[in-house]
Amino acid sequence: MMEVKANMAGSVWKIVVAEGEAVSSGQDLLILESMKMEIPVPTDDDGTVKELKVSEGDFVNEGDVVAILE
Amino acid sequence: MFQKVLIANRGEIASRIIRTCQKMNIQTVAIYSEPDADKPFVREADESYPLGGSRVNESYLNVEKVLEIAEQANVDAIHPGYGLLSENGDFANSIEAKGITFIGPSPDVMTKMGSKVAARKTMQEAGVPVIPGTESAVETPEDAIEAAKEIGYPIMLKASAGGGGIGMQIVNNDEELQKAFESNSKRATMFFGDGTMFLEKKIVEPHHVEIQILADGIGNTIHLFERECSIQRRHQKVIEEAPSPFISEDTRQRMGEAAVKAAKTIGYKNAGTIEFLVDKDQHFYFLEMNTRLQVEHPITEEITGLDIVEEQLRIAAGEELRHKQEDLMIQGHALEVRIYAEDPKTFYPAPGQMTSLSLPEGDYVRHELAVDGSSFVSPFYDPMIAKCITSASNRNDAIQLMEKALKEYHVEGIKTNLPMLRDILALDAFKRGNTNTHFIETYYLKEEAK
Repeated sequence: MMEVKANMAGSVWKIVVAEGEAVSSGQDLLILESMKMEIPVPTDDDGTVKELKVSEGDFVNEGDVVAILE
Repeated sequence: MFQKVLIANRGEIASRIIRTCQKMNIQTVAIYSEPDADKPFVREADESYPLGGSRVNESYLNVEKVLEIAEQANVDAIHPGYGLLSENGDFANSIEAKGITFIGPSPDVMTKMGSKVAARKTMQEAGVPVIPGTESAVETPEDAIEAAKEIGYPIMLKASAGGGGIGMQIVNNDEELQKAFESNSKRATMFFGDGTMFLEKKIVEPHHVEIQILADGIGNTIHLFERECSIQRRHQKVIEEAPSPFISEDTRQRMGEAAVKAAKTIGYKNAGTIEFLVDKDQHFYFLEMNTRLQVEHPITEEITGLDIVEEQLRIAAGEELRHKQEDLMIQGHALEVRIYAEDPKTFYPAPGQMTSLSLPEGDYVRHELAVDGSSFVSPFYDPMIAKCITSASNRNDAIQLMEKALKEYHVEGIKTNLPMLRDILALDAFKRGNTNTHFIETYYLKEEAK
């Protein structure tokens, strides 16, 4: 199991992967929006998205887990 | 002159406009969103009205609500500040239809300059140099390579629908362009639903230099010299200064003349700024026009002695410009730093609860504040919480004063870019005025990585 964490505080603007989807290192899973800036959240690992812990519109703090890969 | 002005904005710029209105005995009306209810500008205005909502489209961009308050408060003019509704031609039209004056240029000029393609064409017609690039969208990598032959490498590949750096890449040859086109177009489609790309010549070691202009709409247009705004992170300005330590007197004069000519050609009225990229050999190219007051207007005020907000109000009220070009002179040197609520290394936003704020005190420093020591810095708006401005008879002294000011500046509870600002000012490259738009990557981030 690998956790993907938010790299800044903000709201989830767009999720670009789905649960069950295979992803590779460096791929963006979602985009956070804060203070008029959109920042992609990439994974550092290859794997499959086991669970998305957030939905579009949710607010997250820096370091919150946004997805779990396996 | 106006009796009562509504400020359709928030933060430090709302406070700034209120200050000039108070000096001119004009009543002020503030409007505010839910997270801004406790902010200084709300208390400083003569009247304040809640807009409701947190996000800008629920509050400051809610044209219907803004108009409703303007009518209820019986204002005779609206100052839009910068950002938000300031360059929205439809907004300007709808308030003028109600007999309220929009403090800014005419809506059609705003709309024209708001479109990158139309603005570029207009400037070409006015004889102002523009950056060589594709005039329309490029559909395929093959078309891009064909277009690149005429433009010449290095080239900046940009997504039409992009912003904030997503979908933007520098390419140096056909092979890189082919690869970058496919990946960026795919990415732009995924993020923005539009994979359209265009190409622009990459200006080597560019300086971002802009000319402030004032035009009264009855034929008089002047420029207030330039601002050097090359210290940027994520394409957003961080430190600005006036005059530019880079350009020559000859370039200054030619850029000023080009800006005035451009403003006259489009029939511009009120305050505006023409932004240029200047290459290492002092060739300058039109970048865009901002048809409004700008964040960095204070440094121009410091070196000219003019109050630009006052000039805006007078022009909008139908007065003739009070200054002639030949009367204006650069007096000394001014610096402005933008204090952002953000991580100083990653530049990622850092909203949160401030617990304390202590400011440098004394005549040598000018503050433009959006917050006080107990403010909650909301994630819904931009990260700038304050500006600090110093001026002196020469650049070295203005820098020294800023270094002193930043040592005395303390913000607690949230991360800010203050450590980065202090580090940049201490760099020899900054002191030498070697401040092209790659400065932060070239000097600051490299130092940090060591």
